Amino acid sequence: MQARARLGRWLVSGPPVLYLLVFFAAPALIMVLASFRTPGDFGGLAPLVEDGRLDLNLDSYARFFTESVYAQIFVKSVWYALLTTLFCLLLAYPLAALIARSAKKHRDLLLLLVILPFWSNFLIRIYAWMIILGPNAALAKTVNGMLGWFGHEPVPLLFSSFAVLVCLVYVHLPFMVLPLYANLEKHDRALLDAAQDLGAGAWQRFWRITFPLSLPGVYAGAALVFIPALGIFAIPDILGGPEDSLIGNVIKQQFLETRDWPFGSVLSIVLTVAALVLAGTAAWIGRGSLGTPSSAEAARA
Amino acid sequence: MALLEIQNVTRRFGEFTAVDGVSIDIEAGEFFTLLGPSGCGKTTLLRMIAGFDLPDGGRIVLNGLDLAERPPEERPVRTVFQSYALFPHMTVEGNIAFPLQMAKTPAAAIPGKVQEALEDVRLTGFGKRYPHELSGGQKQRVAIGRALVTHPTVLLLDEPLAALDAKLREEMQIELINLQKEVGITFVYVTHDQTEALALSHRIAVMNKGRVEQIDEPSRLYSFPASRFVADFIGTCNLLEGPVASSSDGIVAIEVAGLGTVRVAAAPPAAPGAGTIALRPEKIRVQAAASASSAAGDRPDNRFLGTVTEYLYLGDVTVYIVTTPAGRKLETLLANSGAGRTKFFEIGDAVEVSWPVDAGHFIGQSDRSASSN
Repeated sequence: MQARARLGRWLVSGPPVLYLLVFFAAPALIMVLASFRTPGDFGGLAPLVEDGRLDLNLDSYARFFTESVYAQIFVKSVWYALLTTLFCLLLAYPLAALIARSAKKHRDLLLLLVILPFWSNFLIRIYAWMIILGPNAALAKTVNGMLGWFGHEPVPLLFSSFAVLVCLVYVHLPFMVLPLYANLEKHDRALLDAAQDLGAGAWQRFWRITFPLSLPGVYAGAALVFIPALGIFAIPDILGGPEDSLIGNVIKQQFLETRDWPFGSVLSIVLTVAALVLAGTAAWIGRGSLGTPSSAEAARA
Repeated sequence: MALLEIQNVTRRFGEFTAVDGVSIDIEAGEFFTLLGPSGCGKTTLLRMIAGFDLPDGGRIVLNGLDLAERPPEERPVRTVFQSYALFPHMTVEGNIAFPLQMAKTPAAAIPGKVQEALEDVRLTGFGKRYPHELSGGQKQRVAIGRALVTHPTVLLLDEPLAALDAKLREEMQIELINLQKEVGITFVYVTHDQTEALALSHRIAVMNKGRVEQIDEPSRLYSFPASRFVADFIGTCNLLEGPVASSSDGIVAIEVAGLGTVRVAAAPPAAPGAGTIALRPEKIRVQAAASASSAAGDRPDNRFLGTVTEYLYLGDVTVYIVTTPAGRKLETLLANSGAGRTKFFEIGDAVEVSWPVDAGHFIGQSDRSASSN
């Protein structure tokens, strides 16, 4: 009986475990190994065993920690990702709250609209922003027309940090809206009634009740936005100027252009570790500030 | 002038009139209950007093002040919600401190008041716990403590005991009575449970279909129901209905189908026609048919023969259903107070049921039309 239960458990959990091992753990291990190796003469990796000895070294790590330009790009990437997360939160919160409070029959449609952009290709959506922000588009003309009245030089919207940030926020917004909506939708209306009955005005009801109870959603959304935003390379590539290279661009460059795989691996590992540490810290802070009850408890009570 | 005056208040939801021209005066320090079946408008009325809903007509006046323009957060009224609505992310202390913080109480004064409130609801030592660490009864007390800590003028309670089990409910009832005496705050209590209403209240307004059927003290509501609805809703009642046969010397006689002429002490009905006698099961005397006829000493004015057709043994009392030869069923109730006695009658026993003229309560035609309106 027990043996059969164990077999069943293996049959159920086996395929996903195998999948993760082959496609996640193994590549990660290969990358870690590559970071200690020497770049090949014509790109890629030099042979692992040369003249009968193992060729493993810390050269690529040394390079990352001595050439400050990489650390700077790294800090800039974190900064962009933080800004993206913040703007996504500011835009997504009212939207998620609106959907959560709208009539049930409208919710599905509104949610569909939120995820509608996923139906078109990621790159096409970025290129669309090239047109929207382009110098001949209405937006640039309006902005520069207004700047002109104040005697200001026209500014290019495209190929700028502005374009990168706008597109970063645009691309990641649904990842913030969905977890926030999932959280806000479960809130018990009676809690707000009780708060109002006990003397809380609209702002206090939000700040003392709704917002603290929505923190699990905020953290989930922040993680879903921050982590991908940290490693993104397509958006700065297409919409950014020369100053807007982020860590993702450098990694891509190391693998595809410079063909220094070990150094690219080092950058990838640093990025992964940084993302894990930041996400872990956020989760830890989140748990501390919310007290013991989980969001499920909050929703039920 | 009453503390809280509900003046001709009406609330409609589309075609449906939830509250229909209700007027109630509630005095300071009173434990007042709105009693009625679900959908009778009692909760809507409570929400209008709290300010979550506004009347379509009429006024709600508190301390001589019309509340119409005041949102809930500005009314000196607090609500204990049926679901307790405790803030799950705050401790018990945090919950109780919340209304104090909203009222801009100086921070230094808050811990003292919170402790006081915890003592009032007997939760001293539970301040650091979170709501999910409390039992249902404890959550209930926190909700009450939280609502009372700012000393509101009126405390509204929306079926606060509905989620508790029977034993705990009884305990909480006694605590509520004591607490209300202690704090002296006017309680307006909403329930569909008539025993709860009878046990707790100074006065009760029985509501049905958005209207008030009767406002009275519990004992008067029970003994002198003003309408068939009240008689039926409060406790168990035999409703004996039929055309008025005669009326003289303060005695009204009604022809009840399947029973015969039933007499009741009552003023002559204003309008001729049908009437109803509300007769409580415990007011009916049941005797074995053989012994009854010989008991000539006291001859009650209403005597009928029947057979025991059903009984329900409830421990302290037994309910016997007596059916007359013509098929009329009467519910009677006998206390099992005799030593060693298990039951008085078996099914099939021939019995005589009897009651004096002042045992029943006469409800005239006019009351009936009012209640079915």
